[in-house]
Amino acid sequence: MEFGPHLMLATLEGAVTAAILALTAMGLSVVFGVMRVVNVAHGEFYMLGAVIAWFVASTLGAHPAVGFVAALVIAPLLVGSLAALADVLILQRISYDPERTIVATIGLLYIIQQTTLMTFGPDARPVEAPFNSRIALPWFEFGDGGFALYWPWGLSITSYKLFVIAAAVVILAALWLLMTRTKAGLVMRATQQDSAMAQAFGIPVARVYALVFGLGAALAAMGAVLIVPIQQAHYLMGGDPLLLSFIVVIIGGLGSLPGTVIAAVLIGMSDGIISVFFSPTLAKILATLAVAMVLVFRPQGLMGKSAA
Amino acid sequence: MTRKRLLTPDYSRRSALKTLGLGAGALAATTALPRFVQAQSSAPIRIGFQVHRTGIGASYGRWYDRTTQAAVKRINDAGGINGRPVEIVAEDDGTDAKRGAEVVEKFATQLNCDIGFGTLFSHVVIGSAPRAGELKLPYFVVSEGHHVASGMLNRYTLQPGITDVKSQVQAMAPFVANNLGKKVTMIFPDFAFGHDHRDYFSKAIAEQGGEVVAMIAIPPTETSFTKYFPQIPRETEVVYHVMVGPAVLTFVKELGEFFGPSRPELFGFIDSLEAVDITSPGLEFLEGTYFWEGNPRYAQENQSEYDKAYREAVGVDANGASVSDAKDVSTYAHMFGCWETLNIIKAGMEAADYQGPDQRAALIEAVEAMTEMPEGMDHPQGPKVFNGKTHQVFGVQYISQVKDGKLVLAHTTSIDDTLYPDEVDYTTQSF
Repeated sequence: MEFGPHLMLATLEGAVTAAILALTAMGLSVVFGVMRVVNVAHGEFYMLGAVIAWFVASTLGAHPAVGFVAALVIAPLLVGSLAALADVLILQRISYDPERTIVATIGLLYIIQQTTLMTFGPDARPVEAPFNSRIALPWFEFGDGGFALYWPWGLSITSYKLFVIAAAVVILAALWLLMTRTKAGLVMRATQQDSAMAQAFGIPVARVYALVFGLGAALAAMGAVLIVPIQQAHYLMGGDPLLLSFIVVIIGGLGSLPGTVIAAVLIGMSDGIISVFFSPTLAKILATLAVAMVLVFRPQGLMGKSAA
Repeated sequence: MTRKRLLTPDYSRRSALKTLGLGAGALAATTALPRFVQAQSSAPIRIGFQVHRTGIGASYGRWYDRTTQAAVKRINDAGGINGRPVEIVAEDDGTDAKRGAEVVEKFATQLNCDIGFGTLFSHVVIGSAPRAGELKLPYFVVSEGHHVASGMLNRYTLQPGITDVKSQVQAMAPFVANNLGKKVTMIFPDFAFGHDHRDYFSKAIAEQGGEVVAMIAIPPTETSFTKYFPQIPRETEVVYHVMVGPAVLTFVKELGEFFGPSRPELFGFIDSLEAVDITSPGLEFLEGTYFWEGNPRYAQENQSEYDKAYREAVGVDANGASVSDAKDVSTYAHMFGCWETLNIIKAGMEAADYQGPDQRAALIEAVEAMTEMPEGMDHPQGPKVFNGKTHQVFGVQYISQVKDGKLVLAHTTSIDDTLYPDEVDYTTQSF
């Protein structure tokens, strides 16, 4: 493939990765931003979203679009409630102590993963996309006849992949509006800035924490529902998103929402482009190297505020 | 795993009483019933079954398990081995090489297994076989890798029930070069099994006057594939694809989306679609393409009576799916290897009059002495020839074409097409 079309294909693939990554990492970032806890089980909430999407779509058995829309509503709700429940039952009991939270969420990771293995099984299962048509993309050249468009071999995307990118943008915009323009967002930000003071002003901090933890998991689940028609639901699919989300959140700055989006686009696009032109392993190596560099030279992340 | 009631501890007493009570005449009259009476010991023969229950080989593991259970039931119904029932001791290896070696060790030292059996994924075989050799545990793999016949492993490791990649690709190359095209791009999983494809197919196609114009290695745990496909050169006439892992459906789907209406010829190893319904949405572009099959998934017009009975015993319908769930598609092209290997173990143990672990070496010598294996209920996939020196079996290979969403047999190779010169003589190694 020539360089131009090749780069365009790589960019499009990278954009899909970035879109899903932004959603998943945003869930992790929101939880850390408000609650100051690190959720190691985040990738499993993502996986659970995909598995529930499969379950909903295959139980309904109707038109793929119906199953998909139902999954897009039901999976995040279920996963979010489960996470909120885990917060009330586990994290609140250990008072969000950082070390114990990490250990507890590692435990949660294994419980969710193995329960899925025991019930859903070890197979990868597909969910049918609501619509999926191949769109051939044109490229231009300056030949003898001047400027001309042509359709290079293999340069294409599917309508569903474009939809994933658009949907992620819409969801992130909605989240931004929620955080900055609504009372719920105000309450969350107040809790983030000073939870003791928020409590003194009558904000039910415990309930806010449970809701935020649920919201974070629901965002991961949404990302998974969007990706599952492209990839497939599998009980081990939570590992990579967890790693990449951590990379994104560290580079973007823990708890910084704009930083998370910027880092997700950066990592997603570079993953797409580097893995197309060089190798997927190199893309992972560079992402991990970037984390190390950020931790050394700018520990608070690109957009994070340094500790006062 | 449920133990058969047959194998409860009071078994030997009961069978002894029966023997005394009924006498030889009565015995002869009831040979249709399973009985294990003439053995010196009626304790079961314990076959350690290293199964990929989890990890990237899980869908193969599920069907290897079903096939193994069906084969053992048949063997036990016919009186077991040397008058002793066969018991399968299954242990998950997580499709992981390190865990595989531990499982083999457990078979030998804790679970009192007579032999180890059933491993598929080549990296697990390569990781486990040295430990089996050290512990002197006969290790019957069902893996397809060329690692047995290449001489990489040891005298305790045998592959008598399934052919190896080198022989398979050697038999495929003439078909690809003569019918599909000479400029081939190979896409394969980046581990031992895929490297066998890479090394031996590129040699075999060169001998046919073709060439491999690009080789694309993809990690078997990969979940998104479009990014690899731009490496396919424009001059490619045939894409040769073989993929494993949980994301094979995504792989094939994205391959179709990449090419759209202007695809080159495709030749795949059915591994790319094992346990996947070929009528899944997005796979329509496969119509007219060709696949290697170890054993045809769809019941063919000229289906043998053996294939029919084998299908029924394992619980597979005419479309290659489970009789209880049409969406649960089998790994039909590979799992016959478990059935045939167990029958070879039975034949080997009977030839060696195997009674216990002291005779493990005798069992291996008995299997090494085998040669012709005619098609039959013990070998439903087809006739085979075993090479005792290289510990590898050779058999016919099938090429199918997708027609109306089904795999229809287009060509069957001969065993001679698959033979190559020996690379090792394991019989010269000491036990």
